[in-house]
Amino acid sequence: MRNGTRQKAHISFTLNGESTEVAFAPHKTLLEVLREDLNLTGTKHGCELGECGTCTVLVDGRSILSCLMLGLDAEGRHVETVEGMAEGAQLHPLQETFADTGAAQCGYCSPGFMLAAKELIAKTPKPSRDEIKEALSGNLCRCTGYIKIYEAVELAAAKMRGEELELPRESIYGL
Amino acid sequence: MSNESNNGKPLNVVGKPFRKVDARAKCTGQTKFADDIVLPRMLACKILRSHEPHALIKNIDTSKALALPGVFAVVTGKDFPIPYGILPVSQDEHALCVDKVRFVGDPVAAVAAIDEDVAFDAMNLIEVEYDRLQTITSIEEGLLVDEPRIHEYGDGGNVHKKVSLEFGDVDEGFAEADLVREDTFFYEGNTHLPMEQHAAVAHFDSDQKLTLWSSTQTPHYVHRALAKVLEIPASHIRVIATPNGGGFGGKSDPFNHEVVVSKLAMITGRPVKCTLTREEVFYCHRGRHPVLMHVRTGVKKDGAITAMHFRSFLDGGAYGSYGVASTFYTGALQTVTYDVPRYKFQGARVFTNKPPCGPKRGHGTPQPRYALEVHLDKIAEQLNLDPAEMRRQHLVPPNSVTANYLRIGSMGLGACLDKVVEGSDWKKKFSWSNRQSAIGNRQSHKGIGIACSSYICGAGLPIYWNNMPQSGVQLRLDRQGGVCVMCGSTDIGQGSDSILAYIVAEILGIDPFDIRVVTADTDLTPVDLGSYSSRVTLMTGNAAIQAAERARELLTIAVAEKLTVPIENISFAERRAFDVENPEVGVSFAEAVVLAESKFGTIGTVGSYSPPRSPGKYKGAGVGPSPAYSYSAAIAEVDVDAATGIVTVDRVWIAHDIGKSINPVLVMGQVEGSVYMGLGEILMEEMSYRANRNAVHKFPSMLEYKSPTTLEMCDVKTYLIEDPDPNGPFGAKEVGQGPLLPVPPAVANAVYNAV
Repeated sequence: MRNGTRQKAHISFTLNGESTEVAFAPHKTLLEVLREDLNLTGTKHGCELGECGTCTVLVDGRSILSCLMLGLDAEGRHVETVEGMAEGAQLHPLQETFADTGAAQCGYCSPGFMLAAKELIAKTPKPSRDEIKEALSGNLCRCTGYIKIYEAVELAAAKMRGEELELPRESIYGL
Repeated sequence: MSNESNNGKPLNVVGKPFRKVDARAKCTGQTKFADDIVLPRMLACKILRSHEPHALIKNIDTSKALALPGVFAVVTGKDFPIPYGILPVSQDEHALCVDKVRFVGDPVAAVAAIDEDVAFDAMNLIEVEYDRLQTITSIEEGLLVDEPRIHEYGDGGNVHKKVSLEFGDVDEGFAEADLVREDTFFYEGNTHLPMEQHAAVAHFDSDQKLTLWSSTQTPHYVHRALAKVLEIPASHIRVIATPNGGGFGGKSDPFNHEVVVSKLAMITGRPVKCTLTREEVFYCHRGRHPVLMHVRTGVKKDGAITAMHFRSFLDGGAYGSYGVASTFYTGALQTVTYDVPRYKFQGARVFTNKPPCGPKRGHGTPQPRYALEVHLDKIAEQLNLDPAEMRRQHLVPPNSVTANYLRIGSMGLGACLDKVVEGSDWKKKFSWSNRQSAIGNRQSHKGIGIACSSYICGAGLPIYWNNMPQSGVQLRLDRQGGVCVMCGSTDIGQGSDSILAYIVAEILGIDPFDIRVVTADTDLTPVDLGSYSSRVTLMTGNAAIQAAERARELLTIAVAEKLTVPIENISFAERRAFDVENPEVGVSFAEAVVLAESKFGTIGTVGSYSPPRSPGKYKGAGVGPSPAYSYSAAIAEVDVDAATGIVTVDRVWIAHDIGKSINPVLVMGQVEGSVYMGLGEILMEEMSYRANRNAVHKFPSMLEYKSPTTLEMCDVKTYLIEDPDPNGPFGAKEVGQGPLLPVPPAVANAVYNAV
């Protein structure tokens, strides 16, 4: 047994703001450690080859593909997953707007998109549509055609700036 | 847009942009997709797949794999002698190949082991000896090469299915025409590429019953296939469709991994999970058929069609899948947009040694729609007619029957055309003579193109012949005011769970978030046939209306008695039942349930839906009929770089005849997503195989199978046309598939216009 012959690796890191220790087979990716050893299945996988962006998480505030990072490399880092976005029962503005605008259809790519968007808004509080497209260009979505995702990011960014912004009527009912 | 029901009662839920009932779970990572399920003692399954495209299996040696520590079971085709398949007429798949393999990726053997790594190692220790056979890789070879046969059934040689239908005398129609034009088109195959890889978990529990959780769009059909192949009573099998991380038709067949994990769970007595790799998802395929099409149309000078003869040749890949239906669909819906008084259709599907094709969004109709709409533009140019105007002049009238006996109800295509023509400023931008007139720098050519389409709102007939409803809903009301709606439908992201909640909430006058929705569980929910053919909103919606109205009737009787007012005075809104003439006189919804339960006993109702019978009686008449047809029109504006040939789609205007939006935000999302997927098909996506190297898929990966990212997606201007259909719930029609259809031909017509 491949696993049985190897000793488990052990790391300490900050996961969604909580100090966390975990032991796992040393060849595992951060994606596998999160899903299989920490039972945080909110982080999804679409290819496990760094092609689709579905497994995006934040490491020290930067979006990374957790399928391409070894779990071992998370030692001492701050990792944020979708499970850490809400504060208690209060959803993160991105979670609210993804839910309200229909940016989450099947919802499978949504965690990755929301975390990539969170990084963008942290750097660029008022992103233009083109900046949003650029920042999210590494994440694939097959359901939405991305448009509702752009709108959700714009609404959330406005909310986080303390501005009132509503979805235009044509985005809800058509022209 | 009016927001009233038929009887003039204002609508409180239907037509409003509510959140989906599962939106919060999806945005917090709480939704449990199939691969998120972890059970104690669970084993991992890996499936060995053929690297030969067409070969007899001489021998399989599993001894080394079985000897590997951590391996619990190895199965091969010998363990699965009974074939299955989605259609009763093509039961041609085995969970693991029995005596031959038919494409690179065909499943040959499977392992259950302590974890995925051990399963992977064990899989690689299985030795298979093959005897290679000649490989058939194209439509032409499928038609010309009779031996070796990929399957021992079909319409001769490697032809799976031949169909021929004629309605009226087309020769007479061609003789009457002012112009007869014939064109040939080829539409490339492509795949669904759902973000979620298929996964299934099986558990054979202590009372010897099997439970399968699977990312499937059709749990009812999986249930039937498992009972057949595993030879255990269906009543001992429970199939739960987990929320699908995208489907688009790619999770509509019963799949080999679902059968394999079930068998391995029965053998090992432990839960078994199989999650496909992305490469395996490409092999599962069941996507868009490559189709070669010849279309011949006779028209009068004003573009009125006198006759049409349409021929299609489908590259089916290695198995039947939905292929017989797909073949008929390449000829079914040509008649529902423009009046076609005489119509002839001939189709043939061939088997090839490639992953099986099947239903992808639009199932068998985007290919002929592409051909038809480009063909019509060529006719319009020859007649020097405006292509938008020519289409507008010859629409099928509402409430009519087409030449091939399809009954049209509401028909909003005219309104769709008017919207996109006006919105895009078509009349100013389009002319047949502005080709070559570069705008801006000389390299960049702008062009504009139009196309229309239609799609079914559910197939008129179920996949296996029966007289039972296509959709059932069960409703349970409890004395605390709780409402639980149960239905076999599967939410694949389109929001079908939410549609059930909205409709029941509308009728019972409660909030959709008060409702518990239980779906897609063959133990708990009445049968719904599944999320395919754009049937779910219409069919489950009508079933939900019936169940909710029956419950409301019981509550009404009990409340009227209590309030001593006439039954017809009782209305439900804002979680109350009250006297419409004296609205402050009423009871809370929970009290209404208590009154009804006191009077009638436990309150539970059912509703079901069967589509109307089709007027067509010919062989093949089962494909095409639908309770209603949705309509779409699209205009695309493109920029073509004359030096590189690179096409950029700047903007798409699209209008969709939805009948009535149950939730406009969800409708908009389906339209935008359809435009996106249509763009991917016409510009980028291609299932491509190495013809000289074993028909191996060239790039079974998301990086190299090019699909649109945020950087390729165009601007979309959407118009929703509400022309309520009497057969739709609150007048609603489909939106999941139809809006994809006009996009590829509109882009092609725009490119022609540009260069």
